[in-house]
Amino acid sequence: MTLTPNLTAHWDEPDSYTVAGYERHQGYQALRKAFEMGPDAVINEVKDSGLRGRGGAGFPTGMKWSFVPQGDGKPHYLVVNADESEPGACKDIPLMLASSQHLIEGMIIASYAFRANHGFIYIRGEVPHVIRRMHAAVRDAYAHGYLGKNILGSGFDFDIVVHGGAGAYICGEETALLSSLEGMRGQPRLKPPFPAVAGLYACPTVVNNVETIASVPAIIRNGADWYSSYGTEKSKGIKVFAVSGHVNNPGIFEAPLGITMRELLGYAGGIRDGHSLKFWVVGGSSVPMLTEEHLDAPLSYEGMESVGTMLGTATPMVFDETTSVVRAITGWLDFYKHESCGKCTPCREGTWWIDQLLHDLAAGKGKTEDLATLEQLCAQILGRSFCALGDAAATPYPQALKLFRSEFEAGTHTAANDLFDPAAAVVFSGVKTS
Amino acid sequence: MALTEETRAQLLEIVARYPVPRSALNPMLHLVQSEEGYVSPEGIELCAEIVGLAPAEVAAVATFYTMYKRRPVGEHHIGVCVNPQCGILGGEAIFDALSSDLEIGNDETSADGKITIERIECQAACTYAPVATVDWEFMDDMSVDKMRDVVAKLRSGEEVQSSRGPVVQGFRAAERAIAGMDDGQADAGANNADANMQRGLTVAKEQGMPAVDGGLKS
Repeated sequence: MTLTPNLTAHWDEPDSYTVAGYERHQGYQALRKAFEMGPDAVINEVKDSGLRGRGGAGFPTGMKWSFVPQGDGKPHYLVVNADESEPGACKDIPLMLASSQHLIEGMIIASYAFRANHGFIYIRGEVPHVIRRMHAAVRDAYAHGYLGKNILGSGFDFDIVVHGGAGAYICGEETALLSSLEGMRGQPRLKPPFPAVAGLYACPTVVNNVETIASVPAIIRNGADWYSSYGTEKSKGIKVFAVSGHVNNPGIFEAPLGITMRELLGYAGGIRDGHSLKFWVVGGSSVPMLTEEHLDAPLSYEGMESVGTMLGTATPMVFDETTSVVRAITGWLDFYKHESCGKCTPCREGTWWIDQLLHDLAAGKGKTEDLATLEQLCAQILGRSFCALGDAAATPYPQALKLFRSEFEAGTHTAANDLFDPAAAVVFSGVKTS
Repeated sequence: MALTEETRAQLLEIVARYPVPRSALNPMLHLVQSEEGYVSPEGIELCAEIVGLAPAEVAAVATFYTMYKRRPVGEHHIGVCVNPQCGILGGEAIFDALSSDLEIGNDETSADGKITIERIECQAACTYAPVATVDWEFMDDMSVDKMRDVVAKLRSGEEVQSSRGPVVQGFRAAERAIAGMDDGQADAGANNADANMQRGLTVAKEQGMPAVDGGLKS
């Protein structure tokens, strides 16, 4: 399958993020067209395109917009989830740096469609340059009359606020994000009510991922048929993939959904020279890992489901034979333990117990029964935590155990760093072998 | 450094961006950090007064988020990503070297007050692993040697250029940018699309793959 640069098509032009650079390539033409179509037609076009949420969950975008009650007399809000923090996920940050105006035009069109006059971009706090870039991009759009009152004489008013968070992975969960944006601790809320009914300030709110919204202008401009001509039956369209890890040429690749990992690996120059693939994780650390035998499965929502994992963010991390699975899983559990918000017991307590047992195994001091205890712990968290963070924490271990059981068994007598010299997995030279 | 009337004015400026004052708390606390080097009790009280909350309510928010520091941070903040994969591809080795060179541990500051080091989590730059940050600016594709060079420059006051962003300006200046105050650096590095970000585009061009965006259709 060939690559299909769409959002990234003009990244070789240094001003791709400015209104001027964007307008050279049809920028803001979709907005004009949307104003002619009318809001309901825009929603239908996005529905027909088959666009699904690109943040990981894959919910149909047009359907989400149609859940916003109309004529309810309440303000509606669009909140862009730009809290990209999942280990492995690294596509929204580049999009905001280089395709800032795609996101802004998409926000205006989306908000026009479900009748919101106020949009927010919630960006994780640890990326000042991205926050600067989006503030400047919003100013640029105001200066060109694309934001503010009566945009292009349409009678539609729209304002955008850029918001910097403060380092909490949980704020990528949509209701936690809304709590944070309301100036509270970033803890998730019970659903229902869903944000489309009672979101920001208890008003109807759509929370969409950066890539989802940035994909909207091209769909409106070229039409739903154009977009849905790419991808598979159930996974329409084009996706931004980010291939990272032990490959020769890591980076961003835009391709139709349904491309395979084997093809992407080829474009990324293959596994680093002299090494072989051990495992890869397609959707961020929260999805079950895969191996060589899954390289030909289509990278689509249903294709990944068919091999027991999830497409998630579609940002595959690749690890070669020098990597200790026990060390990787322990590292991810360190992350979930640290990021658990503390609201619910299964996640707050469970992540600490899992992490503790994994550290024992990584140190070669585990007990034989720990392997089963860990499975039991994961099963007790999965589906019983308040939000998806607990599920995510319970997911990496069972699959890793299934695929690489002997490495966990070795954890009862041999440290992971003795089985796999950490220096061998390092990608720069000069680190002493142990 | 005490919080001034100017700080108050800037905090009010941040509040004015939002439909509800309390929503401004994240950037307000970043602004406090840019003045104080940490979230000081005085800063919490000022934010509480401005948005009409009890100081305890603001403290409850401030203590939830890891970016808000309860002790003063050094002149520069260095973060090293230790999540898999950065940690495995070299992040752990980089942090260990940094820690032993500076003789400090995680979340500690060198004796001269110049550098605070922190084991950080995924920075959403995985294609550049191992990734570090200086004053939260990207330091992509790092190594132990490159990090030692960065530290030497920071200590001698030489310029350190981030990978996709500006020359680093110090922890406090970064906190101002995170609070959304314009520092004139928004265009640093143009669109920041280096070879890594352009990887797929380059392959597509080299192999003559057709453009996909047909343009406006009625």
